[in-house]
Amino acid sequence: MALEPVAAWEHYAHEADVGVRGFGATKGEAFEQAALAMTAVVADPAVVAPRERVTIRCEAPDDELLLAEWLNAVIYEMSTRRMLFSKFSVKVKGAKLSAEAWGEPVDAERHRPAVEVKGATYTTLRVARHGDGWLAQTVVDV
Amino acid sequence: MDLSRLRRIDENQWEIPMREAMRVPAVIYASEALIRDMDHKVYEQAVNVATLPGIVKASYAMPDAHWGYGFPIGGVAAFDPEAGGVISAGGVGFDISCGVRCLHTGLKRPDIMKVQRDLAHELSRSVPAGVGSTGAIHLEEAEMEAMLAGGARWAVERGWGLPADLERIEEQGQMKHAQPGCASQQAKKRQRDEMGTLGSGNHYLEVQEVTALFDARIAAAYGLAQGDIAVMIHCGSRGLGHQIGTEYLKSMAISAVHYGIRLPDRELACAPINSDVGRDYLGAMRAAINCAFANRQILTHLVRKVFRRMVPQADLRLLYDVSHNTCKVEVHQERPLYVHRKGATRAFGPGHPDIPAALREAGQPVLIGGSMGTGSYILAGTRKSEALAFSSACHGAGRAMSRHQALKTWRGREVVDDLAARGVIVKSPSMRGVAEEAPEAYKDVTAVVDAADAAGLARKVARLEPLICIKG
Repeated sequence: MALEPVAAWEHYAHEADVGVRGFGATKGEAFEQAALAMTAVVADPAVVAPRERVTIRCEAPDDELLLAEWLNAVIYEMSTRRMLFSKFSVKVKGAKLSAEAWGEPVDAERHRPAVEVKGATYTTLRVARHGDGWLAQTVVDV
Repeated sequence: MDLSRLRRIDENQWEIPMREAMRVPAVIYASEALIRDMDHKVYEQAVNVATLPGIVKASYAMPDAHWGYGFPIGGVAAFDPEAGGVISAGGVGFDISCGVRCLHTGLKRPDIMKVQRDLAHELSRSVPAGVGSTGAIHLEEAEMEAMLAGGARWAVERGWGLPADLERIEEQGQMKHAQPGCASQQAKKRQRDEMGTLGSGNHYLEVQEVTALFDARIAAAYGLAQGDIAVMIHCGSRGLGHQIGTEYLKSMAISAVHYGIRLPDRELACAPINSDVGRDYLGAMRAAINCAFANRQILTHLVRKVFRRMVPQADLRLLYDVSHNTCKVEVHQERPLYVHRKGATRAFGPGHPDIPAALREAGQPVLIGGSMGTGSYILAGTRKSEALAFSSACHGAGRAMSRHQALKTWRGREVVDDLAARGVIVKSPSMRGVAEEAPEAYKDVTAVVDAADAAGLARKVARLEPLICIKG
C-alpha cells in the first residue's frame, strides 16, 4: 500500500553551508516546504507569526532553476523587507510560479536569528518525483 | 580524499592528471594530513573547473580547500580571453569581494585589558551585526551609483576615513571600470540600508594581539611587533553582492547553452569573457568590489569612533585590506588573464607594482582569518607564488564540520563561556550563530598556513589571537 505523500522539510549537510529539502504531494507543496526549511536555517519557524502577506512571482526555463529562483525571491523579500516567513502557498504552472508568503518583521529578541541566507545555489539542486509526491532541494549559501 | 588518485609532486603539492574533459591538470596545495581530511568533493570540483574553456595552466586548490558550489572554496583558476576564456559568477561566489582588513592600533595588550569588557560592549553596540540589522546610512539612487563607482574612495570623500587609508587597500580602494548600471535595481535596493553592516555567518570584527612573529624583517616592514594590538574585520559586499551573484548565476546558466559551453555542474555557470553577459557581469562584479571596499571603510570609521572614545591614545592606521572572492584581470606569463579566486587570497610577491610603496619590498600582506577564538595569521606574498598559483594563497581555516553538525555538537552559551575562560570576549546577537561557528567546527588554521608557507604560496609573518570578537 502506497503511503500518502506527507508535506515535510529537512536540512542536509554541506561542508560550509546548509542543504534545504522539501517534500510534498505536489511540486508546489515541495517548494513551500523547501522555503520553510530555508526559514529554519535562520530561525525556528514556530516563533515566526504569519501575520503579513507578501506576493511573489517568478519564472525559469526548468523546474530546478525555478526552485532556485523561488528560494532567491524569498531571500530577496527577507532581505529588503527585513522579514522572516513561516507560511507559504505556492502554485507552479509550467515555467511560472506564483506564491504568497506570510511572516513578520525580524525581531532579534524573539526570533534569535542565527544567520542570514545570501543566496540559493545550484549545488545538489534537484526537483524530482519522490514516491507518489515530489522532492525539491538545494544548498543555500549562508 | 583518496591519495591513490593523486600524483604527489612534492611534500605539499598534489596533481590530478588530465583525463576525459579536463583541459588542464588540477593541482592541490596541502600537507598529507590536510589532504587526507579534505572532502572528496574538492577533487570533483577542481576537476570540473579544469574542463572550462580557456583555462590556463591548471585548476588550483589551496590548503584550506573545502566543498563549495561549482568551484571549491579555496579554488583558483585563470582564463585567457584570447583562447575563448570564460568569466564565472559561480567562480566568484555570492559574497563578492568578501575580504579581510587589518588595522594597527598603536596599543599594547595592557591598554586593552583595562577596558576589554567595556570596549567589547561599545563595539557590539556601534557596529551593526546579524540578521536584519541596518546601518545608519541610507543610500538613494545617485549616492548608490557614486558608491558603486567610487568604493572606499567614495567613503573617504564622505568623511568615513582618511585619505591615507586608500593606499593600503587593493586597487587603492577603488576598482576601476565598475559599471553600476550592470547591477540591477533589486541588487541596489537590497543594499540601500546595508552600508556599514557586518553581516552574519563567519563574518566578524576582532580585537587581536600579536602573539608570535615568524619573520622579523617582514614584520618590521609591516609595522608589527610582539604584543601589538590589531583590529581585524572580515566581511564583504553584503546584499548587493549576493543579489548580483544570484542574478548572473542564473543568466550565465541559461546563456551557457547558447555559447556552446558544456557545464559539468550548473553552479559553474560562466560566459565567454568577450560576450555581452561576460562583460556585464564583470562590470557589475567590479561595482560589488567597490561596495565591499566602501563597507569595510565605513566599518573602520565606526571602530575608530569607538576607540577614540574608549582608548583615546589609540591610532588606528590601516595595515592592509585584501579580498578573497574576486575575479581580477592580472598580467601573468606576460598576458592579461582573468584570475578567479574563490576563498583564496591574492598574494603578490616582493616588488610587485600593485603593492603599496611602503610594503612593496616585503611582499603583499596576506590576511588569514582563523575561526572564532583560535587565531589569525598575517602572511606575505612570495616571488615563487606567481609560478605556483598565479600569486594566490589560502584565505582562512576552512570548515571541517557542517553547521548542522556543529549545532548538534555545541551550545552557543557554552562556546561563549569557554572562550571567556580563555580571555576572549564574544559578543553576538545569536547564540545559535555562535554554536554554528564554534572554533572546533573549523580546520586547524595553523596547519593550513604552515602548508601554505611550506608550499611557498606565502610566507608566515605573524600570528594574532583574539581578545574581543564581535560576531554577526
